Amino acid sequence: MSVDDLRGRFEGLFERDVTLVLAVLGTIYLAYILAGVAFGYELRGQLNSIANLTFYIGVFGMLALALNLHWGYTGLFNIGIVGFMGIGIYVTALVSKPPVAEGGAAQVGGFGLPLFVGVLAGVVVAGLFGLLVALPALRLRADYLAIVTVAFSEIVRFTMMSRTFQTFTVPDTIDLWLFTFDPAADTVGLGGGGGLILNYTDPLEALLRALFLWEPYLGFVAFVQQNFISNNPKPVIDGVVYGIVLLVGVGLFYLLLSRTGKSPFGRVLKAIREDEDVANALGKDTDRFKLTAFVLGAALMGLGGILWYSGRGSITPPSFRPNITFFIWIALIIGGAGSNTGSFLGGAIFAGLLYEGPRYFKNLVETAFELGDAPRNFGEAMAGFASLDPMPFVLYTLDSISQLRLVIMGVVLIWLMHNRPEGLLGHRKETASSVDLARPGSGGSTGNPAAADGGEEQ
Amino acid sequence: MSVSETYVRYRRTLSEEPLAIGVVLVALWMVWSLVTGLASGGIQISSLASLIWDGLLRGLIIGLAGIGLSMTYSILNFANFAHGDYLTSGAFAGMATSYLIAGIGENSVGALLLVGAGGSVFGGALGIGITTAPIAVVFGAVLAGVATIALALVIDRLVYRPIRDESGIALLITSIGVAFALRYLLQFVFGAGVRGTTAAGSVPRVNVPAIDGTFRVTAHDISLVVVAAGLMLGVHLLLQRTKLGKAMRAMSDNEDLARITGIPTEQVIRTTWIVGAGLTGVAGYMFVLWKGTLGFNDGWLLLLLVFAAVILGGIGSIYGAIGGGIVIGLTASVSVIWIPSEFGRAAAFMVMIVILLFKPEGIFSGRSTA
Repeated sequence: MSVDDLRGRFEGLFERDVTLVLAVLGTIYLAYILAGVAFGYELRGQLNSIANLTFYIGVFGMLALALNLHWGYTGLFNIGIVGFMGIGIYVTALVSKPPVAEGGAAQVGGFGLPLFVGVLAGVVVAGLFGLLVALPALRLRADYLAIVTVAFSEIVRFTMMSRTFQTFTVPDTIDLWLFTFDPAADTVGLGGGGGLILNYTDPLEALLRALFLWEPYLGFVAFVQQNFISNNPKPVIDGVVYGIVLLVGVGLFYLLLSRTGKSPFGRVLKAIREDEDVANALGKDTDRFKLTAFVLGAALMGLGGILWYSGRGSITPPSFRPNITFFIWIALIIGGAGSNTGSFLGGAIFAGLLYEGPRYFKNLVETAFELGDAPRNFGEAMAGFASLDPMPFVLYTLDSISQLRLVIMGVVLIWLMHNRPEGLLGHRKETASSVDLARPGSGGSTGNPAAADGGEEQ
Repeated sequence: MSVSETYVRYRRTLSEEPLAIGVVLVALWMVWSLVTGLASGGIQISSLASLIWDGLLRGLIIGLAGIGLSMTYSILNFANFAHGDYLTSGAFAGMATSYLIAGIGENSVGALLLVGAGGSVFGGALGIGITTAPIAVVFGAVLAGVATIALALVIDRLVYRPIRDESGIALLITSIGVAFALRYLLQFVFGAGVRGTTAAGSVPRVNVPAIDGTFRVTAHDISLVVVAAGLMLGVHLLLQRTKLGKAMRAMSDNEDLARITGIPTEQVIRTTWIVGAGLTGVAGYMFVLWKGTLGFNDGWLLLLLVFAAVILGGIGSIYGAIGGGIVIGLTASVSVIWIPSEFGRAAAFMVMIVILLFKPEGIFSGRSTA
């Protein structure tokens, strides 16, 4: 098979992926815009809804991609994702928050360094904790690794909540052997159960200033204010632009991970996933490869956590419960572990349908029908059935949609594991081989690289 | 064992040495600070005794819940992440029964069955407790077991059986889905609030003298010990005196081999669920009776400790689960002597991680009974 032929096939694949991604995103966005029309949103409301949707598509897409490096490529069963996310954003906060003296209402300060230093530190520290977990844990069986990582993420959360780490006083000067160091910080810490107020520069502003786009951006906001949204348009535009930044971030994650996957390093990872003993026997130091992959993935999860929470204004420990980890797992399984395009698609579908969808559905129903007040508890809901009136139950169900969406997620997960465990695009799981493994004569027709198990699934 | 294998093991031990030395140093420091604390009077013997008693009870609950997890882990070969929500389901079913028996006639049946969702009925007002409403408590405990068995069998039929032959990881992921669905269905039905379930004030208690003070033992502590010890003995006899135990051991070793030797594997699996889920449900009920509050998250919060116990004891061993449970319970309680109290659970997780690193097959391995 010639090089041109291969390139042609790759381009074909790329084109189809782009079409697929655009089709899925287009459908989701169209549904949300139509819902917005039904709600009678003005431009402002529509933009808000789009910004919110884009935000969740971005973060779930990113984190699913990072998880794909662990599970899809290397076969590492990590269910401590939220721990790395939390470490990322907490370190960023510690490094970048201004000292208490300048910080207004915040009880706990930080070192007051620029935000990009904070983000960098957050990513690096998340990676280091990845190393700390992986060094001992990678020798374990997959299910033990799962339990260790989820225990780790809970330990991280306990640490965030604990009074012991709530505040520390930083001395005025620190003597380090030869030179004396004078930190700006006065009181730092993890804030305990109350969490931290993120009173550093707004991340979007910091980014745009760094790119020298801040003045043009303000000009654009003024333009929008004059022509479209007269009443304080900045928060809305901020949201939309931050969403776009996140999507660019997803693109970068995608490029990084697909390049990694195609590199010799990535091929070893896939070989480990398929059979670690064989990879070992072929002279690869599999422990080392697993370690590197785990650390890289953990750092990306840290970055994902930073991008998720840095614009939130404040962070509290309950946000970092293991549920988020499982959300990302569901996203990855919907999309198909092993495929980067699939990971992003899974993130987008999860965000649009399962995470945000039920709330929109509830609002739609409430807009369409004039509904009374929902019963306060299940008993009152069931009482309606005594007089053959299902309405209280329906109302209660709608009112509890935020809990029921987790039930739906659970059922979807079970259904997927029964009927389509490989997800949307998991059949495209890339092979560990650098050459085409398809049998002559039969391989070329499908255009897909053969699946890892010799193409039996196709 | 060949020479090269010995060499590899030797090298691995060497590379683990720094960690092992660290663990030993930490242990020595703990003993030292405990001894000096006791000697100087900084730590009272009575408060130590109280912590140990609390840890022991906690450990019995974890152990009781762990037997079920351990059995399904070894027979079906997957870590059931929905196990914690089986505990919660048992607790709700049992408490609903207790409420109904204790409060029927004076309160609406709906409010009683929903365990007082939204503050409609209070367990304290109903006088739930082993001495104040013994019949309600006994029936509650029995029904907790029965309801959890029914739930586990239904879930097994609908969810796990169709994918019985899949890998352990696929089953684990599926069980996460079950856990989500179950936990938030419970929240949907019973509400999100944490409710008090017992008449905590009227539970009889005695102050047991320790050298420099006393520690408290309540009637619910005693009933927990009695129930846990009784059930553990029952499981021991069941697995030792019947063919079931042997069949289960055979299955956890090699399921195909067990099937061709004529062991009805599906039937053994069903029995495993029945025994395991029954114990789990009763453990959930006793847990709630003992601590006096009930929320939809309780089982999930306990689950990681149960996992820790099962791994510590060695998967598949019921004595391991009990022993591991007691070790984990004691760690979570007694560790507050050395570290801030908010890290008690973290300490238990650390013990589990350390055991996994040095002896991943568990401390009681090789003596499996189920």
